[in-house]
Amino acid sequence: MSEDNGDDTTDSADEARAEWLVDYESSRLRDIPFETMSGVPLEPMYGDSPYPGQFPYTRGLFPAGYRSRLWTMRMFAGFGTAEDTNARFKELLRNGGTGLSTAFDMPTLMGRDSDSSWALGEVGHCGVAIDTLADMRDLFAGIDLGKVSTSMTINGPAAILMAMYVAVAEESGVGRSGLAGTIQNDILKEYQAQKEYIYPPRPSMRIITDMVKFTTAEMPRWHPVSISGYHIREAGSTAAQELAFTLANGFAYVEAALAAGEDIDEFGRRLSFFFNSHSDFFEEIGKFRAARRIWARWMKERYGAKDKRAMMCRFHTQTAGVSLTAQQPEINIARVATQALAAAIGGTQSLHTDGFDEAMALPTEKAARIALRTQQIVAHETGVAAVADPLGGAPFVEWMTDEMERQAEEVFEHLEALGDGSMLEGVYEAVENGYFVGEIADSAYRFEREVNAGRRIIVGVNAYTEGAEDDAQNLLRIGHETEEYQLKRLATVKQERNDADVADALARVTADANDPNINLMPGLIEAVRALATEEEIVMAMESVFGTYVERAIV
Amino acid sequence: MSEQTSDSNANIRIVLAKLGLDGHDRGIKIVARILRDAGMEVIYLGLRQTTDSIVAAAEEEDADAIGLSMHNAGHLTLAPAMIEALRVADLDIPLIIGGIVPDMDVETLIGAGVTAVLGPGAPAEEVVEAVTKAVADAS
Repeated sequence: MSEDNGDDTTDSADEARAEWLVDYESSRLRDIPFETMSGVPLEPMYGDSPYPGQFPYTRGLFPAGYRSRLWTMRMFAGFGTAEDTNARFKELLRNGGTGLSTAFDMPTLMGRDSDSSWALGEVGHCGVAIDTLADMRDLFAGIDLGKVSTSMTINGPAAILMAMYVAVAEESGVGRSGLAGTIQNDILKEYQAQKEYIYPPRPSMRIITDMVKFTTAEMPRWHPVSISGYHIREAGSTAAQELAFTLANGFAYVEAALAAGEDIDEFGRRLSFFFNSHSDFFEEIGKFRAARRIWARWMKERYGAKDKRAMMCRFHTQTAGVSLTAQQPEINIARVATQALAAAIGGTQSLHTDGFDEAMALPTEKAARIALRTQQIVAHETGVAAVADPLGGAPFVEWMTDEMERQAEEVFEHLEALGDGSMLEGVYEAVENGYFVGEIADSAYRFEREVNAGRRIIVGVNAYTEGAEDDAQNLLRIGHETEEYQLKRLATVKQERNDADVADALARVTADANDPNINLMPGLIEAVRALATEEEIVMAMESVFGTYVERAIV
Repeated sequence: MSEQTSDSNANIRIVLAKLGLDGHDRGIKIVARILRDAGMEVIYLGLRQTTDSIVAAAEEEDADAIGLSMHNAGHLTLAPAMIEALRVADLDIPLIIGGIVPDMDVETLIGAGVTAVLGPGAPAEEVVEAVTKAVADAS
């Protein structure tokens, strides 16, 4: 693309290199030898301009790559009761994990309490059950929230969970301004892929815009939206669709925040991304590099960002759950390793590696430990962290990066046309007309046909099979006792709280929802402190915002 | 994978749905296309269905079978609940479960009245055959 340097730009190329060197030399480096296993010294990077840490960041966000800081090994965890997950968190921190990542159970994700009829059979199964602030206290008991960074994977009711996190931290003496972390809060991909929506798109965007405003003003170390391609890919999209839909959603959030009068440099630097790392090694690396380049260009050139940090596409990566096979589950360890390597070469800021048994259930403790060890091997043994953007400049990798960008730009053109020049309106329209779900379903079906026809080999599934080998005896099972415990806990909280306070707080939430000029967050924090349940608060807003029902399209 | 359209398949009407909160719909949409390509009449109800809404649709559509997809480890609760709803409605048609069901649970589900369980990675032919056989055995 435009990175070519003809003879007439040699001076500026020299200048870029000199600038990179200054930046590199002012970076704090990890205290380890940057050399090969055999003792050969390594340069911090190889190749030409633009250099790592320079616009458009194709080669990485930082001049020293992982020499200054490795990616955060952020393992997603959550199951059963808050106390169960709290124990898993402490185990991960003891084992060298450096960030907490919370999975919530399905009722919590959908804004339903554990005692709702919708929650039957789901309490604590796919993550932790949180009904009230009391559960949130248990979840983070004994963990200094001023010292960890916490990621919470929740979308529809994200504002309520963020309110709970703020309330718990403040009870423990940590002010909201000291909180570091990310809340996924990416509602657009819910309509496209994960389907955990509550309200229709437009009121949902109002909630998100309120959260962006609130965190910009009061929580400077908090990322209020993690724009997520992960689920789009898991739902069956191609790599290019994951890239394109995710960044388009990002542009939509930017346009919504700009329309609300926010400063792009202020909120832009706190947006972050979440991508999938799948099995096609070079396609994934091209995708990660293209993501940084596209985001930087659009933020600078289209939306007028001036602060470099607002142009940087920072992302978390998770290996592809959908690639894990129930057949011969141990071989998933090898899949996860190559996917983790692609993410590291692609320059991710943090990484979750899947447990080998996750095709069938949440990971057992052993599987989660092996997964963490897998990324520790990539980080410390492969040498991949010693040189920034180690594959940059390779003709195939540069071509793949360009190709991913080209395909994404085609999607942006389509969406822009749909929205008469507005990406935000284009994305709304493409949600409503079924474009996203249709494209994803087509890709998923095409891939499945190819596997079924034997044109694509999936080891252990359509080749190299061994018959029945589902190692089911060792799966993590969530028993009924979780549901019973949680129902008792919720009943106790409901009995002990002050009903008048709850009613007042909920009335305020509804009133705030009715007035688009009022930020919802302070009222939500008051409601969670009064021990209103998640579902009560969801309903208090639903009376104003309505609900979203997807048209069933095959 | 769609070449096995047969006259018998053409007469099969199947209701597919996601029961409860689980939103994983990649698999069931693929199954819907596989069955449609095999010549069946597929009525996909979509997400967030209840046992009541599924029974109502099956009655209204005069369905020969029901297929549910489950990915959230709720199958041991939800599948028996569906069986019970069919029994109460006096609707005697086969229920097929697909998705993430560990081998150790298959027997429990069959014992509870589920006709067939299709695991992850089941080839298209197996999916079509399971439905065809379930409907044939029931009639």
